Amino acid sequence: MSDYLEKLDHLTDAADPSFGDTEIQNYTINFGPQHPAAHGVLRLVMELDGEIVERCDPHVGLLHRGTEKLIEYKTYLQALPYFDRLDYCSPLGMEHSYVLAIEKLLNLEVPLRAQYLRVFFAELTRICNHMLNLGSHVMDVGAMTPNLWLFEIREDCLNFFERASGARMHSAWFRPGGVHQDVPLKLLTDIADWLDTRLPRLFEDAMSLVVDNRIFKQRNVDIAVVSKEDALKWGFSGPMIRGSGIPWDIRKAQPYDVYDRMEFDVPVGTNFDCYDRFMVRVEEVRQSARIMKQCLSEMPEGPIASFDRKVSPPKRGEMKRSMEALIHHFKLYTEGFHVPAGEVYVATESPKGEFGVYLVADGSNKPYRCKIRPTAFSHLQAMDFMMKGHMLADTTAVLGAMDIVFGECDR
Amino acid sequence: MGHSAPRIATIDGIAQEIAGLLGSMLVETVDHADELSFTVVREKLADALVALHDKAQYQQLMEIAGVDYPERPERFEVCYHLLSVTRNHRIRVKVSTDEDRPVPTVTHLWPVAGWLEREVFDMYGVIFEGNADLRRILTDYGFKGHPQRKDFPLTGYVELRYSEEDKRVVYEPVRLAQDFRSFDFMSPWEGAQYVLPGDEKAPQAPGAPSAAPAPPPPPAAPKGEPKADTPKTTDKPGVSGAGEPADSEANKKSEDKA
Repeated sequence: MSDYLEKLDHLTDAADPSFGDTEIQNYTINFGPQHPAAHGVLRLVMELDGEIVERCDPHVGLLHRGTEKLIEYKTYLQALPYFDRLDYCSPLGMEHSYVLAIEKLLNLEVPLRAQYLRVFFAELTRICNHMLNLGSHVMDVGAMTPNLWLFEIREDCLNFFERASGARMHSAWFRPGGVHQDVPLKLLTDIADWLDTRLPRLFEDAMSLVVDNRIFKQRNVDIAVVSKEDALKWGFSGPMIRGSGIPWDIRKAQPYDVYDRMEFDVPVGTNFDCYDRFMVRVEEVRQSARIMKQCLSEMPEGPIASFDRKVSPPKRGEMKRSMEALIHHFKLYTEGFHVPAGEVYVATESPKGEFGVYLVADGSNKPYRCKIRPTAFSHLQAMDFMMKGHMLADTTAVLGAMDIVFGECDR
Repeated sequence: MGHSAPRIATIDGIAQEIAGLLGSMLVETVDHADELSFTVVREKLADALVALHDKAQYQQLMEIAGVDYPERPERFEVCYHLLSVTRNHRIRVKVSTDEDRPVPTVTHLWPVAGWLEREVFDMYGVIFEGNADLRRILTDYGFKGHPQRKDFPLTGYVELRYSEEDKRVVYEPVRLAQDFRSFDFMSPWEGAQYVLPGDEKAPQAPGAPSAAPAPPPPPAAPKGEPKADTPKTTDKPGVSGAGEPADSEANKKSEDKA
């Protein structure tokens, strides 16, 4: 045997490769647009070397509805429901940026109760959004049960939204100057009970199945590691930048509404991988519940919308009795209010990251330009460099940990 | 107490600091609603952003937004929104350009700019010099035009439907069942830019601004609308629901096939 190896030692067949050595070309596959783990209509054109992803080119825009163009033809109030339909998993988070942008241009003060209600329901939206994302993430990597349990919680959240606004998903409840309607006391007490009993029980049960699970860790730990420098360069925000170890949260750094009165912790990742992003969201759910409890204990009584009748319409009862209120009501729901010329960029911490609205007003009753800064756009762009060298099966884990919704990405 | 939008602490002397940093690249500084905008020379944009990134700690590029002002000689404005996570501050850097003059890319500084520039190119047709991958991103494969321009109609030019006859999706010119309704809410007492119908006959007072011509009358409603009790269906190739020309076209093809 040894003399045979010696004979082989300096031989090479580079000039005349045998059959097994011939180069196999990379092949290209389409992931989506109709793939259950693509979280919507994502088309990934992937170049594979065996099962290793060499290049990954996301094709987005299959759900492009021209929202920004449509908004330019609507009054400020008519444009609001479009924001529910951007990220349809966390509608109130989208509305929040938009109403704050209008209020900043108008320099409009919002009553304290309305600010508490907004923060309260924005955090409920965060829980609702994370339930869907955490659930679908674990399902994408092979677990079924936690998803079903988390959907129970999501269903509860949607019922609460329905009791507050009348709509399960597309609430259109935040309005420039406050919120649309006050909530009944029974709803607040019901949510308080839910926060104490049902939410922790269902959520911790579901998480106990996942967080220490060997298979779940094998699918997520050390997958798509993103360093701090890369996270900054690729425009990450929200759980993605916190998963990369940067403690950046707009609610803390640039507080809006009453977030400056809230006590909560900002979780960060230590290994910068998909598992960290998952765990950051898990902890955010607990912190959101903490914020909601503080809102419930501190929320004052009082008006829920601004008394500036040139922006916020009067109550219906008032409108039936007062001529002036009737005129205001009519003018606000036909012509709408005029916003002084100027431009603002307002970004809030939506459940998925920094959701910004760049609003250019020209003094009329319609936005001159409303640029929406989606979170998914920059996260999805990093897909190529995050996937490089990973296996095809890791695609779903990386996508799941990004938390992408195409209503928002494609606008 | 004013609005409750995100409160960003103002840094004393930040405008002067950045103005000193940008030097001759700076064209104009605007401080509006507690937000700083710096307009810079278009050719020097990449240098300006490199300086802001390296020396003023603006680590993140959050957004590139295009805006169209058709009345300006350089109609497009491209706005870069920068964020500093260490100084907790946001600024906006702007350049203006038109259809032909390219804007230097910043993909070498922030890879995230790749898609953001592609979006501005797709929506406005602004060209970014040095961006290696300047394809359309949000619009359809093979789309023509730049939809966010103010002169692009809201309805677009083409619509598509699945043709049962051709067994594929076909594109057709847009046909609207109802005219697009755009209500004018400008008060005639507060500077509406048109003459009320009938007023053009009135003699103008001396020195009064000459009136703009009245808008053309809206096109007459198409005659022969289908009655409401005959439902529109596309089950048969001859009734496409897209109007008479499409129907006759569809009929013709089926005859050809038969």
